Amino acid sequence: MMKKLEALVAIAVLGAWVRAQPPPQQQPPAQPPPTTQQPTEIETTIRGEGGAPPRLAVPDFIAITKDKESVDTARTIGQVLWDDLNFEREFSFIPRDVIATVPAATSFNDVPFDRWRELNADGLIVGTVEKTGNGFKVDMRLYNVRTRQMAYGREYTGSNARLFAHTMSDEIHQTQRALRGVARTKLTFASDRDGERMTGTVEKRETKEIYIADYDGENQRRVTVGRTLNITPRWSPDGRSIAYTSYRRGPPQVFISNIFQGTLEEATKGERVGQNWLPAWSPDGQRICFGSTRDGGSSQLYVINRDGSALRRLTNDKWVNTTPTWSPSGNQIAFVSDRTGSPQIYVINADGVGAPQRISTSESYADKPAWSPPPFNEISYTARTGPGNDIKVIDMPTRVVRQLTFGEGTNESPTWAANGRHLAFMSTRSGKSQIFTIARDGKNLKQITKNGNNQQPDWSR
Amino acid sequence: MKRMAKLLAVMSLLAAIGCHKNVPPVARPTPPPPAPTNPAARPPSPPEPVAEPTIVPPEPVREDAIASASLDDLNRNSPLKPVFFALDSDELTSDAQKSLDDNAALLKRYSTWAVTIEGHCDERGTAEYNLALGERRAVAARAYLVSLGVPADRLRTVSYGKEFPFDPGHDESAYSKNRRAHFVVTAK
Repeated sequence: MMKKLEALVAIAVLGAWVRAQPPPQQQPPAQPPPTTQQPTEIETTIRGEGGAPPRLAVPDFIAITKDKESVDTARTIGQVLWDDLNFEREFSFIPRDVIATVPAATSFNDVPFDRWRELNADGLIVGTVEKTGNGFKVDMRLYNVRTRQMAYGREYTGSNARLFAHTMSDEIHQTQRALRGVARTKLTFASDRDGERMTGTVEKRETKEIYIADYDGENQRRVTVGRTLNITPRWSPDGRSIAYTSYRRGPPQVFISNIFQGTLEEATKGERVGQNWLPAWSPDGQRICFGSTRDGGSSQLYVINRDGSALRRLTNDKWVNTTPTWSPSGNQIAFVSDRTGSPQIYVINADGVGAPQRISTSESYADKPAWSPPPFNEISYTARTGPGNDIKVIDMPTRVVRQLTFGEGTNESPTWAANGRHLAFMSTRSGKSQIFTIARDGKNLKQITKNGNNQQPDWSR
Repeated sequence: MKRMAKLLAVMSLLAAIGCHKNVPPVARPTPPPPAPTNPAARPPSPPEPVAEPTIVPPEPVREDAIASASLDDLNRNSPLKPVFFALDSDELTSDAQKSLDDNAALLKRYSTWAVTIEGHCDERGTAEYNLALGERRAVAARAYLVSLGVPADRLRTVSYGKEFPFDPGHDESAYSKNRRAHFVVTAK
């Protein structure tokens, strides 16, 4: 078990290194490529015609070194970058089959701008990949096709083709659209895919372990070795730890896996602490709100420092109070209570002072609130809509409710992407429980997992 | 002597005739016949024992399958009955109470057993709320057993929400089996 853990940690640390250390940045080349007409002012933002979204051409990158690894990396970067940019729907794209008709450039010096302009491209991404001692040097340039000026460009070093593309996509969204992209964010979820049997029970019960994946479902990796039931994972705001509910002590407790260090913390350890579940990180990552039966009676809400100190009780009644989520400011907590006889969503002040305010008023059953990041101020939740459940969103200022899923299978456990433009959730629409992502307007449904049952996604900040 | 006897006999005869004339006969009740004697109803009193009392052999050892079973075997075919619930409910039905009455009797008989009461839910509720609902079900079963005199410290609760369905089906037949408080003997 330790060997496996170490291996996981090694993988995780490598990932953290790449993520925590942005590739060394070099100055974009001082000399823009030759142009026929020199503009007086360099435009750094690509615009579309007449207010339409800018139309981009994203051909495969150019392999300067011709070995297979370089060629594969060049192709992967171009394709993943396309998908990453397409995910936010800020650009339109020249279709791939049309791109195939344009002669491929071999360097920055023979880019067929005329052809791209004929295809009504506003912007063009050209990149080169060159093998170095321990990886690749990648040069990416975004051109304004009309002016043939570079609007943005950067050189990257590293070895992970997908991470090159994700980084470029986030930077292009930031510089071109003032948008925080989520191409480098990750999903975590619980899965029974390993089919390992739970120990200590006579019934056939399978373990569930915590997994992570890139936002697009790639690189799915297991991060716990609990050999028990591990559920409801939540990313810490810094993306370096995952808090979750684990039954490894028998009754459920809140554990924290520091996935890039391979260490485990037990936030709710102690004698007579009852059952503890559904951890939710405060936005500053210092505290965790969770449900607990430690004082007897039904589940109540508590806040604790991540090291297990400074326990504070937030609710104190005979009803169930559970499934917390923090507001982005950290001042409020939305949660679920069945004080009216059915689970409904309420909001209280994070210090527990004041009466809870009911939020869900038109549902027979509502659970798993997830408070959106700014600029939106919405709470998504699971609502019973028939035999199954669907994902809904309530706008907090207006209390207008909209629905994102419509009775295909059952749909549960929504979580927001860091920019509030997407959600991930669990759905049984394809058979087993699987993780899907969907845009905030209900479009662009995408299945993330396919193996085993997967549940309770959480999207990193 | 002979003449004397003859004389007495004649006198007695005369006296008898004379009496018959003067004294009317009186009906006399016949005495009841003696009670029939039954030798069997009157045994002779037993002699005082003179020996030590005979040692009575102990009751033959009955095979107690429940007491002798391993924990796993016990839980695989548990004598403790599961308790079933309605949708979204933690209320004990009369059937549930009957099952718990039987369980309480068993737990009193096997007074060393420690038991974990698992709360389970069907898949229609949400995974998150079901953790709390499962706990409510386990607690309802526990409180009832305690009210019947089972010591509280022998009864632990744990909720598995809808994570471990007993029947993997997706219909009411499966759901009704999965909404339960399930008993696991953890020590004996």
